[in-house]
Amino acid sequence: MLMTTPTKIRATAKDGNTEVRVLMQHDMENGRRKDEAGNLIPAWYIIEIKAQHNGRTVLEGQFGTSVSRNPYLIFRFKGGAAGDKVALSWVDNRGETRSDEVDIS
Amino acid sequence: MREHDRNTINLERRKTLIAGGGVCLLGIFAALGLAPGLAHAGVSRAAFEAMNLSDALDALGALAPEDSTSIKLTAPDIAENGAVVPVTVECLLSGTEQISILIDKNPTMLAASFAIPQDTEGYLSTKIKMAQTATVIALVKANGKFYRASREVKVTAGGC
Repeated sequence: MLMTTPTKIRATAKDGNTEVRVLMQHDMENGRRKDEAGNLIPAWYIIEIKAQHNGRTVLEGQFGTSVSRNPYLIFRFKGGAAGDKVALSWVDNRGETRSDEVDIS
Repeated sequence: MREHDRNTINLERRKTLIAGGGVCLLGIFAALGLAPGLAHAGVSRAAFEAMNLSDALDALGALAPEDSTSIKLTAPDIAENGAVVPVTVECLLSGTEQISILIDKNPTMLAASFAIPQDTEGYLSTKIKMAQTATVIALVKANGKFYRASREVKVTAGGC
């Protein structure tokens, strides 16, 4: 099994809403690039993400190959208080998964 | 538990759809405006394979999206690095349930599609790759209808 790198998540509650900033660590290869030897680098990219607030889904996303390397996201949901949990999970086209969680600050 | 069950069921449905003729079948459903059951779980993966805009819109079930000034699409006029183009979609339409981002001249049109639950704002910011100067389209589904806003981004060095 390959190693995955933790997703950086920052969740901040303000005026009854929570803003979440996410930086996933993934190469997001689109399958059209070539390596130095001229061989195609196989497509390898995140296909689905899900964000949860205390276990409740607050965002679901699907990606194609046009999302930049190390996908970055900002979104906002109603509610959320300091100390609540925000989790972000992803799955890529090889079936690799990663899930990370932070406290809302 | 319920969440898990739902995912399992949707996975089964996707498998069935793929087995049942994949793209073609989905195309028919999309044309009829049905796209059964995919609205909540997300969009068909076929939408991500579409190599022209009308196929992508078809696969998303968005046949004739209406231009809307209630969607604010922010992107740079000129992107010096096509590998990292910041895009923000802010949607003031009530009942926003889905936000998709498309690039009309990339090898595949659809970059990302997000399902927006009721308590999540119609706001998303991300970074996309652009192969060349193209039109970025924010496609929003609100109360079952599709709306869009678009914006041209000049790319000086493509990065796909």
